[in-house]
Amino acid sequence: MTDDIMTEITKHEPTTVYIKPSTGLAALNLRDLWIYRELVFFMVWRDVKVKYKQTLLGMAWAVIQPVLTMLVFTFVFGEVAKVPTDGIPYPIFSFAALLPWGLFEVALNQGSRSLVAHNNMVTKIYFPRLILPISSVFAGLVDFLIAFVILIGLMLYYRVAPAYDLLWTLPLFILLAIVTALGVALWLSAINVKYRDVNQALPFLTRFWLFITPIAYSSSVISEKWQILYALNPMAGVVDGFRWALLGSGNGPDITLWVSATISVLIFISGLFYFRSMEKTFADTI
Amino acid sequence: MTTAIRVSNLGKRYQIGAAETKFRYNMLRDVLVDTVYAPVRLAKALVGKSDRRSNQNFVWALKDVSFDLEEGKVLGIVGRNGAGKSTLLKILSRVTEPTEGTVTVRGRVGSLLEVGTGFHPELTGRENIYMNGAILGMKRSEIDSKFDEMVDFSEVGQFIDTPVKRYSSGMYLRLAFAVAAHLEPEILVVDEVLAVGDAEFQRKCLGKMSDVAQQGRTVLFVSHNMSAILRLTQEAIVLKKGQLIKRAPTPEAVDYYLASGQAESGERVWEADEIPAASAPFKPRAIRIRERSGKIVDTVRSTEPVTFEFEYQLDAPLTGLRVGMYLNTMRGEYVFTAFDTDDAKQYEQFGARPPGRYVSRCEIPADFFNEGRYYLGVNASSFGVKRYFMDENALSFNMDISGAPGTQWPEVRQGPIRPRLNWKIEKID
Repeated sequence: MTDDIMTEITKHEPTTVYIKPSTGLAALNLRDLWIYRELVFFMVWRDVKVKYKQTLLGMAWAVIQPVLTMLVFTFVFGEVAKVPTDGIPYPIFSFAALLPWGLFEVALNQGSRSLVAHNNMVTKIYFPRLILPISSVFAGLVDFLIAFVILIGLMLYYRVAPAYDLLWTLPLFILLAIVTALGVALWLSAINVKYRDVNQALPFLTRFWLFITPIAYSSSVISEKWQILYALNPMAGVVDGFRWALLGSGNGPDITLWVSATISVLIFISGLFYFRSMEKTFADTI
Repeated sequence: MTTAIRVSNLGKRYQIGAAETKFRYNMLRDVLVDTVYAPVRLAKALVGKSDRRSNQNFVWALKDVSFDLEEGKVLGIVGRNGAGKSTLLKILSRVTEPTEGTVTVRGRVGSLLEVGTGFHPELTGRENIYMNGAILGMKRSEIDSKFDEMVDFSEVGQFIDTPVKRYSSGMYLRLAFAVAAHLEPEILVVDEVLAVGDAEFQRKCLGKMSDVAQQGRTVLFVSHNMSAILRLTQEAIVLKKGQLIKRAPTPEAVDYYLASGQAESGERVWEADEIPAASAPFKPRAIRIRERSGKIVDTVRSTEPVTFEFEYQLDAPLTGLRVGMYLNTMRGEYVFTAFDTDDAKQYEQFGARPPGRYVSRCEIPADFFNEGRYYLGVNASSFGVKRYFMDENALSFNMDISGAPGTQWPEVRQGPIRPRLNWKIEKID
């Protein structure tokens, strides 16, 4: 054995891996997730890089989609239906909600399909499977940031001042949006491995969810006695909170927000455990 | 010496037969009832309380397997299809979890199966190297330091910043292999049966494997090719139906394997316990490959016709039955699928078959196959009603091309078939 090979072997002392049927809390295996953190970066980078390849408009699509939706909403709900907006110009009112919704929508659609879409990775090599839904959600964050720049432009144009004193809470609501999106993606991606019904249900689910979330309208139009029920939709809390933090609209954090946030966290934690419990058979059933 | 791999009481149980229900419906009533209960079934399935009856179809792909392997040793793994070889490698590389037992692995496990995993056609060669490296568990700094070496090895040179969708398949494979080969795992697992690529590429894989072994790393080598096992390993284990039945120095283990009659021999016989209950009333008995003289062979000359025969038994009359064969290359590409009642007249005569023993036989003409190893699979079904039995990997055999068209040039010809074509050359001016 030559010297350079010796040094190469001793350079990184091999780590010992114990393979056994996983059970309970230890099964979360966050250590491996940390070791593979660079893979998340590469997956997001690849998704972003590939997404607009061989398109005429390229990254402009990240802008066109929410802007067109906003224009349609502005016409239908702002001009025709004249939905109350707490005094905010309708384009900004709806665009501020479309941002976190867009993040959620991408996560829901890409995240739920992430395991099945990468089945050749899943069946051939080891890596923490959590990386797939996580990177789908983060890839949505890039579109979110681009759209955010447009929102700032819109606010300047309409001379709408942000709620400076509340702005610091904005990252918290972005985090809540991510947690909600990831939670749902964890559930659906794991189910999708075994039951491709998820693929069939997704388009409907997305549309349905859009209507029960206060995007085109304000949640204040919901009557008092239904508020708590309405708040069971975690995205209601995310969107309301996002608008509040940015524009100061609505009542701010009240019981309905806490209900929504609690549901988000519950979906996320249960999603983590469900995903992990199914993970051991992904390669066999996919 | 330290122990690189310690396997103790390893077991892996698979659930089978989930797909069978798809063809169970005979009556509209069943379909309607099933549709109404679908949400209930979904809810039950999600909380893990699936129907009892589906829980009965288990098969142990591995059971009570224990062995230790010292660092720097090369271990061969032999056994016929379905003996659990690939499952063992999958557990070692952590693709799937064992059902019971433990494995202790010292160091990173790499496998040449991973070649090209995560490659994206739109990304450039450079980008794919980083992507693929990260998927294989390399740190970015590690990829940086080996980058030039990988590019040299892959010989794609100036095309490194071209999207790989513009690469030839050879360039693509070389680049993919370059990344996998530079992972430098402490333990390398090689499954020759599943390895992708042409003969040239497989030679490269085996070459890399012996390099790795000479560097004092641990290697696990699975192959159906006994001469490769004998050449490359000092010690081997024999797996049979998920159990380790022999561990010995390679020559002894290979002798044992060949003598115990499990080796691929141009014939596959199904024993009673190998036939799933769901296949009733269809019972596969044997599949055989015969050369012109009628002898059962596992190596066939491509210049002679060959006969595939499938023997089976029907315990009850069946209508609309078709019994057929799949033929696959080693890379898993289909060469053809054919059924015994493909011909309308045959279907009229044998569409309904009374109980009894049958043989369905077909002859493949001479000058059909190219060189290599092929897999023969079998299928028995009534179209749109039920699939009684299927084994996509029932038997494998070798094709010898001596005397085939074009063999005066010592080169590898692409493609699974090598027909003798009626070439005409005309001088037109």
